[in-house]
Amino acid sequence: MKNILSASNLTIGYKSKKTTVTIAENLNLNLSSGKLISLIGANGIGKSTLLRTITGIQHPLSGNVYLNKKNISAYTPLDLAQNLSLVLTEKLPPSNLSVFELVALGRQPYTNWVGTLTQTDIEKVQEAMKLTQIEHLSHKKHYEISDGQLQKVLIARALAQDTPLIILDEPTTHLDLLHKVSLFKLLKKLTQETQKCILFSTHDIDLAIQLSDEMIVMTPENVVQDEPCHLISNGSFAALFKDEHIIFDAEKGKFIVT
Amino acid sequence: MANKKRNTILFVVLTLGLLLMFLASISLGSVMIPLKDVFTSLTGGHAAKSTWEYIIINYRLPKAITAVLVGTGLSISGLLMQTLFRNPLAGPDVLGLSSGASLSVAFVILGAGFLPPFLSVIVLSPYGIVIASTFGSTMVLLLVVVVSQRLRDTMAILIMGLMFGSFTIAIVSVLTYFSTAEQLQKFTFWSMGSLGNFSWSTIGILSFCVLFGLLLSANCIKPLNALLLGENYAKSMGLNFKRARLIIIVATSILSGSITAFAGPIAFIGLAVPHIAKLTFQTSNHTILFWSTLFFGAIIMLFCDIVSQMPGFDVTLPINAITSIIGAPVVIWLLIRKRNFQ
Repeated sequence: MKNILSASNLTIGYKSKKTTVTIAENLNLNLSSGKLISLIGANGIGKSTLLRTITGIQHPLSGNVYLNKKNISAYTPLDLAQNLSLVLTEKLPPSNLSVFELVALGRQPYTNWVGTLTQTDIEKVQEAMKLTQIEHLSHKKHYEISDGQLQKVLIARALAQDTPLIILDEPTTHLDLLHKVSLFKLLKKLTQETQKCILFSTHDIDLAIQLSDEMIVMTPENVVQDEPCHLISNGSFAALFKDEHIIFDAEKGKFIVT
Repeated sequence: MANKKRNTILFVVLTLGLLLMFLASISLGSVMIPLKDVFTSLTGGHAAKSTWEYIIINYRLPKAITAVLVGTGLSISGLLMQTLFRNPLAGPDVLGLSSGASLSVAFVILGAGFLPPFLSVIVLSPYGIVIASTFGSTMVLLLVVVVSQRLRDTMAILIMGLMFGSFTIAIVSVLTYFSTAEQLQKFTFWSMGSLGNFSWSTIGILSFCVLFGLLLSANCIKPLNALLLGENYAKSMGLNFKRARLIIIVATSILSGSITAFAGPIAFIGLAVPHIAKLTFQTSNHTILFWSTLFFGAIIMLFCDIVSQMPGFDVTLPINAITSIIGAPVVIWLLIRKRNFQ
C-alpha cells in the first residue's frame, strides 16, 4: 500500500492583512492507495478549508502537505493536474457539452495545444465511462441527465484525468438514499479496482461508517483519522455534534434523535 | 461518427456561402457589375468597362475585405467573452467595450480642439483613433473583469455594460455641446459605422490587428474548452487561469478595439454570430466553434454590407443600423426558442 498524500502538524486557516483565523491545528493525515476515505464534520467546522489546503488551492498557515513525497506547493498546475483530480459541488456553467466531451475534458493535462484526443486518450475516456457505467449516456447533453447521472459523469471525468488521488466535495448532496448508496458503492468499487485513493467529504455519516475504509472526523477539539470501527470505540462520533438531543449509538453505529 | 460527417458538410456549405457572399458584395451596389466582370477583374483581367474595374479595385474589394475582417474579428471576440464570463449574452457591445471605445474616440475627436494644433494632428490621425479606441475598450474590459471577480452574478456584468453605455451617451452629449459642427459630424459618421472609404494602407493596419487577435484567440481554444466547466474545474485540469484570462482579454481588446476604431461601434455581430454558430453545429467544442464563428461572422457581415449598399439605389445606409435591424430579432428569437440558452 503506497502513501499518496501526507500532512503532519498542519495548521489550516485564513490569513488576511490584520488577522489570522486558525481553523484547525496539529493535523496529521495519511492517504494511501486503494482506500476510500471520508471526511466528516459539522457545518462550518472547516471541511472545505481542509480540502482547499490539501488540494493546494490555499496555503497552510504552518506545516506542509506532501503529494507523492513532493511538497504540494512545489507542483506546477499541469503536474498537479496529473496527480490530483477533483469533483466539485458547484453548478456547471451553461454549455452544449455532451457527456463524452465532458469526460474527455479530463484528458486536458495530457493533450496538445488544441486538445486533440489521441487513441490513448479515447481509450482512457471509454474506460472511465465503463467503470462508472455511463456509456449509454455518451451522446446526451450534460443538462439532459439526472443529478445522480451527472455526478457519475463528473466522477468519470476525474477518472479520465488518470490521477492516483481523487477528491470529491460532498458528492451525495442532491441525491436520494438509493443514489447515495449506489454512488458510495461505486466509489468503493473504484478504489478496489483501480487502486486509487479517493477522499470525499459528506454529511451522510451512517453510510460513510458502513462503506469507508477510513474516516477523518473533524470536531472543534481535534481532527482524527482512523478506521470507522476504532472511531466508534473511541467515541469520536459522540463529540461530533454539540447537542444533547443527538446521541451516537455505538452499538448500531448510528445517530439517534432523542 | 455521424457528427463528423455533418460538420464536414456544414463547413463545405459555409465555404461556398462565403465565396458567394464575397462576390455578391463586390457585384451588388448602386452600380451593378456582372459577376463575369467581377471574376475577370479579380483575376487580373480587364472588365468590360474600365469604370467597373476602378470601382472594384478601389472601392468594392477593400470594402468586402473590411467586412470579412470586421465580421470575423467581432464574432470571435464575442465568442471569447461568452465563454470567459460564462454569460451567453456577452459581446463587445453588450459589455460596454464599444461604449468604452466610443467614449475615448469622442474625447479624441471632440476634444482635439482643446489641444495645441501639432498635438491634435497626431491625435486625429488613424493611429491616434486606433490607440484611443483600443485603450477605451481595454479599460472597460478590465473593469468588467474586476467586477466579475467580485460579483459572481452574471446579470450584474450585463447591467454594468448597460450603465456604461448610458454613461458614454451622457458624456458624449456634454462633449458635443462644446464642439464644432465639423467635429460633431466626424464623430457622428464614425458612430454610425462604416466599412467603406478605407485606403489599402488602412486595411493593412486593420488586417494586421485582426490577424494578430485571431492568432491569439486560436491559442485559447484549449483553455476555453476547459473553462466550459467553470474556473475551478479548469484550474484543477492544469489550466494556468490567470495567464489564459490575460491572453483572452488581450485578444478581445485588440479585436474589438481596432475594429471599432476603424469601422465604428458595430452592434450585435459579436453577440449574435457565436450563437448562430453554436446552434448550427450543436456543440460547445471551441475547435469547431472557432472556425464556424469565423465563417458565419464573415458571411453575415458581408450580407449586412450588401443590404446597406441598397442594390439598385443611390444611397448607402449606415452599417450599424443594418446589423441592429438583423441582429436584435435574431437574439430575441434565440431567447424565445431556446429555453436552455447557451
